[in-house]
Amino acid sequence: MAAVSTCGPGPGNRGSEAVAVDRSSATSFQRRGPRAGGTDGSGLRLVSIAGTRPSVRNGQLLVSTGLPALDQLLGGGLAVGTVLLIEEDKYNVYSPLLFKSFLAEGVVNGHTLLVASAKEHPADTVQELPAPLLDDSYKKEFDEDGCNDKTPDSHMKMKIAWRYQLLPKMEQVGPVLSSRFGHYYDVSKKIPQELLQTAKWHGFFLPDNMPSPLALEPGHLTHGYTMLLEFIKKVISEEGVDGSNPQKKQRNILRIGIQSLGSPLWGDNSCCAESGDSGHSLTKFLYVLRGLVRTSLSACVVTVPAHLIQSKAITARVTNLSDTVVGLESFAGSERETNPFYKDYHGLMHIRQIPRLNNLICDESDVKDLAFKLKRKLFTIESYRLRVPRSKLRNPGPHCTMGADGYRLHLPPDLSDAASRWCAQDPARATPPLGPGCSGLARGEKHLDF
Amino acid sequence: MFPELNHLLNTTPDKAEQGKLTLLCDAKTDGSFLVHHFLSFYLKANCKVCFVALVQSFSHYGIVGQKLGVSLTAARERGQLVFLEALKTSVDIFFQPPVEPHPLQFLREASAGNLQPLFEFVREALKPEDGGEAKWRHPVLLVDDLSVLLSLGVGAVAVLDFIHYCRATVCTELKGNVVALVHDSGDSEDEENDLLLSGLSHQSHLILRAEGLATGFCRDVHGQLRVLWRRPSWPAAQRDRSLTYQYKIQDKTVSFFAKGLSPAVL
Repeated sequence: MAAVSTCGPGPGNRGSEAVAVDRSSATSFQRRGPRAGGTDGSGLRLVSIAGTRPSVRNGQLLVSTGLPALDQLLGGGLAVGTVLLIEEDKYNVYSPLLFKSFLAEGVVNGHTLLVASAKEHPADTVQELPAPLLDDSYKKEFDEDGCNDKTPDSHMKMKIAWRYQLLPKMEQVGPVLSSRFGHYYDVSKKIPQELLQTAKWHGFFLPDNMPSPLALEPGHLTHGYTMLLEFIKKVISEEGVDGSNPQKKQRNILRIGIQSLGSPLWGDNSCCAESGDSGHSLTKFLYVLRGLVRTSLSACVVTVPAHLIQSKAITARVTNLSDTVVGLESFAGSERETNPFYKDYHGLMHIRQIPRLNNLICDESDVKDLAFKLKRKLFTIESYRLRVPRSKLRNPGPHCTMGADGYRLHLPPDLSDAASRWCAQDPARATPPLGPGCSGLARGEKHLDF
Repeated sequence: MFPELNHLLNTTPDKAEQGKLTLLCDAKTDGSFLVHHFLSFYLKANCKVCFVALVQSFSHYGIVGQKLGVSLTAARERGQLVFLEALKTSVDIFFQPPVEPHPLQFLREASAGNLQPLFEFVREALKPEDGGEAKWRHPVLLVDDLSVLLSLGVGAVAVLDFIHYCRATVCTELKGNVVALVHDSGDSEDEENDLLLSGLSHQSHLILRAEGLATGFCRDVHGQLRVLWRRPSWPAAQRDRSLTYQYKIQDKTVSFFAKGLSPAVL
């Protein structure tokens, strides 16, 4: 439902912007542009900044996360003024890809970047951003790696109804073919130097900012966090993204990326804390960060090594303090790596929370079972339920008990015999009690899903 | 405000009860729609509202308020609404020490002992105007939400003290209402949060608990609302009443129905 509505205005982003404008003038509902505190006086306008688009639902300004599939799952993109928290996978193989795609999207759109890390120098990170795929070549990437719902006429160019060719197929959580908003990235290649030279970025590397030992911090945050917050505040006011200087030149978005927040490398012991009451550095940092981001034209992506955090209370608090939370769970090293059910994928993706901004409801995608895979060049997110082709169905085995193992099926009851055919015993036993569709909207008990 | 919720709670803006502490609680779902309901309800009831917004910005509440029929900007301008936008002011207070006592001073302390500056702010905001004529009906304090105070270094006991002081001033002395939202962390072993929640549940007159469905995600039923009336002051003859409804949140309203009787199912 939400997925359809966001890929509806796919063809032609300018068209969708125009539609939004018409809609806003048709009602007396005064919609503000970006949620910048300093621009309150300017009233109604839709800010046209490169690389952004208003949300279909409420006109909220969105930027792309660098992964069009993730944009679709989040209801069109990442809202400006919010914080996206990525829970890193165990060996930190795949979350840097998301992180770098976010930054690369900023370079391609001409946004300003702020990269903060305690482990890797931001200059190295920026050099290693993935190269964007041009409009035609990404289609080849998808075909090469065997899109399994190929129809015979998918290669035929439509001559008359050519707009329809741009409409995505509905079943897959796949790409929305609008190249102006989200781009695809080739993770095997580095971003070309000429693109980097036009990019404006600020870096914060913790070892370069080590303290004098006697400094006393406000709020007793870890020193690294305090320095980082001051740096972010300085960059925000320098770049003018907080609307403090209305006569300034063309407005731009600031993309903030913070890597491995909460890890011991930042001097933070939140990972080792046993309960919630010792050490509030991480949570206070997130609160002030969100305050900074909310009052400026910036979007922030933070990766957190959630698997290191021992205390569930801290994980819950960190989740509550962020706007959007996405978790990556890779199969590396677990028994699912050899499970034939997951053989095409490298891990699961969980959308844990989606914010309700300026609204009572949120744009939640109906697709809950998401897995990601790193193909030779592309990182994609798909639903792993809908992909089993009929040819791979086994012979009708013993009737698969639905509900045991929390095995969830999207088919209506009359198709249950077809379902039991591919519900073979071994994969079924090894599949996890499938999480209730956690998106922050409603989470239930583990084993029951309908 | 949601008309169906008013029906369930048996109130209207004209005859709102006074001197009550209402606890809003959410478990495994987002209960912020209840905050929007009470904000617009009390503004329509012509009460003076002090809103301590710790997690969202003013424009967020303003835009939703417009959908529900109240204008927060107008209310603020005419003095009916006192809005503490913590997200914006926390940035200022974090980087520079405040000149005078500031309600969010606890952000600068390692582990704050008490929330007294915040209480002073509330008391100042809701004190009745001198000069005789009362423009507004009883004062109301709304807090969204209290669990985030625990994340900011304030202890559960300090938060309970703060609510106790507010209750004594707003409910008993000024005959107003207090509404607060607390997240129920469920199985995530957050002891401070559990302490806060049980302490508040004990002293509330009305508890509204929004829960996710036990069966997980559903497109047509977004959750379940449990309403619990408690009369701590009444003699034990009257038992506490409790009702459960399921709800679906729509663009401008929330529809409630009895368990299992969602219109999508019937």
